[in-house]
Amino acid sequence: MSIKKEKYLRLTITYLVIFIMFAVILYPLAWIIGSSFNPGQSLSGSSIIPKNATLAHYRELFDPGRSNYLYWYWNSLKVSILTMVFTVILVSLTGYSFSRYRFAGRRKSLMTFLVLQMVPNYAALIAIFVLAFLTGLLDSHLGLILVYVGGQIPINTWLMKGYLDTIPRELDESAKIDGAGHFRIFLQIVMPLSSPIIAVVALFSFIAPFADFIIASILLRTEKNYTLAVGLYEMVAKQFGAEFTNFAAGAVLIAIPISILFLSFQKYFVSGLTAGGTKG
Amino acid sequence: MAESPYKTNHRRTAFALSIIPGLGQLYHKQYAKGTFFFILAASFIYVFADMLNIGLWGLFTLGEKTPRDHSIFLLVYGIVAVIVLIFGLAFYLFNLRDAYQNGLKRDRGERPAKLKEQYQNLVNSGFPYLIMSPGFLLLVFVVILPIIFVILLAFTNYDLYHSPPAKLVDWAGFKNFVDIFSIDIWRQTFFSVFAWTIVWTFTATTFQIALGIFLAILVNQKEVKGKAMIRTVFILPWAVPAFVSILVFAGMFNESFGAVNRDILSLIGIDPVPWMTKAVYTKIAIILIQTWLGFPFIFAMTTGVLQSIPDELYEAATVDGATYYQKFKKITLPLVLFATAPILITQFTFNFNNFNIIYLFNGGGPAVPGANAGGTDILISWIYRLTMTSAQYSKAAAITMLLSVFVILAALWQFKRTKSFQEEDMM
Repeated sequence: MSIKKEKYLRLTITYLVIFIMFAVILYPLAWIIGSSFNPGQSLSGSSIIPKNATLAHYRELFDPGRSNYLYWYWNSLKVSILTMVFTVILVSLTGYSFSRYRFAGRRKSLMTFLVLQMVPNYAALIAIFVLAFLTGLLDSHLGLILVYVGGQIPINTWLMKGYLDTIPRELDESAKIDGAGHFRIFLQIVMPLSSPIIAVVALFSFIAPFADFIIASILLRTEKNYTLAVGLYEMVAKQFGAEFTNFAAGAVLIAIPISILFLSFQKYFVSGLTAGGTKG
Repeated sequence: MAESPYKTNHRRTAFALSIIPGLGQLYHKQYAKGTFFFILAASFIYVFADMLNIGLWGLFTLGEKTPRDHSIFLLVYGIVAVIVLIFGLAFYLFNLRDAYQNGLKRDRGERPAKLKEQYQNLVNSGFPYLIMSPGFLLLVFVVILPIIFVILLAFTNYDLYHSPPAKLVDWAGFKNFVDIFSIDIWRQTFFSVFAWTIVWTFTATTFQIALGIFLAILVNQKEVKGKAMIRTVFILPWAVPAFVSILVFAGMFNESFGAVNRDILSLIGIDPVPWMTKAVYTKIAIILIQTWLGFPFIFAMTTGVLQSIPDELYEAATVDGATYYQKFKKITLPLVLFATAPILITQFTFNFNNFNIIYLFNGGGPAVPGANAGGTDILISWIYRLTMTSAQYSKAAAITMLLSVFVILAALWQFKRTKSFQEEDMM
């Protein structure tokens, strides 16, 4: 009887905690969705379920004459996807060299990569700014992408190397005996086996530029070139509250697709991290 | 002089000849290679001579006349010149070594490799270098070059009053570091920002780890129904991009229209709290927000680990009469911490440099009278403020250096203690 009672108590507390957490997690999300349907620009006198719900803010965001939101969305997607593609290509190559070849300078380079991944590359923000200015890449997406890709290389090389080390080397040896060249072994034997880690690197190198604020805010100068993070921040910071409902609509339009994308890939994230992470 | 083991002395002759790149190879009758080396060296000197000359001069002087010389650009050219010079020297050493090695072969009575074999050798030993070079070059120019730039900048007097093109920048030795620790306003600000960075890192990270592990264990109980749904909701804060959530929270905590003061606190009869204007409250708010943002990641990791712990362990413990607390302390926690330790460490470094939450929530503010940092500024956002708004470039660079040294030392110390790192196949 007392065991049953104890179990009852335990489960009640458990569900209570889960319920509280649900409220804490969902309230801000509900609040921002509610705000996005609120008529008027500011939130004074609004409620979480608006009385005269309106789509006006969404309409305004989708009108390029009145808002730069679509440009920002497009810029963010462009920069993130290109960063992802270049990072995956470069990191596969560096990770593969470190995993499969023993060459002069290998150990030192690995140590350098390890140290580089500890200090975020935006710590050198002033140097990035000066370099972009000198090379004429200020306010260009190419400059932004180059900085992002460079910053992604060290940590992802370690992740990639950690995973490739687990693929048995006998596979390449036997392919070599069969007469396969270096590139063929890389492309046709090793790469197809490393799709899980490629998925992880791709996701990381997509999310990082998408969520970055600091480098984008230093390099991008004109409003049409902003990415979402910079654009939304400016929207909120300009006159806080004055454009809040528009911001809310913009936030909802980012949060929903990204969350869906994220939740469907979430398993890879965790497994890839524990596989590569516990090694490095 | 010791008796040479070989009759001939091709290795020394070739080595000496290769002081002019290519001649040693020609001496070995490797005509194609020798010519190639020679042309490469000649064109290197031809193309880069001016650049090296100006670059190195600029690096030492940082410019002499104001309208003509831009100190900061000269500094960048100087670093690029040094990088080019290092590549050049590497090639030069390779050339000497190659001549010597082939000479050694000839002294032993072997013949140096023919052109076709040389090509094969080059492909085999050069393949890793070849495929790494694009990534490596990018890394050198967008990561390593900026780091060197910042290190050098920390030893100059670059600020609002020494700003090109109107003024020159000069080398200032350790002045920035001395200033940071000796001038009152700098020292006080530095130590208060540093202390808050440490407090922030530890409280925020510990909260998110503790909450994540606690909830994972809670949901993992056998009797809990609807696990899949609960887990999806718990992961939501991770799925929404952090910058969006932070800006949303900035709205919620806003003192005039935010929901926290207007709806939640008024509901339970608490007076409005000055979240954005009193540093203490801003600090509480961002720690809470970071806990909200960060726990799902730990939750997901821990859930993965918990599912891999065999039930038999717990059954055996139950048979032995262990309480819930004992099972948690002796079985669950050690296993979870062991499996996730390296990732937990990265959480600390992440929060140490968590610029987004500090800056996007309240711009590092509220402002503090008599200090050049805001009330919630951590080191990285202080650096941003010094660079972007108060033009204290060289001080910002010096602080960046202090920050990097601190992070690297902490991380290396930690990695040394991690077993997996020592067992890593490094060589």
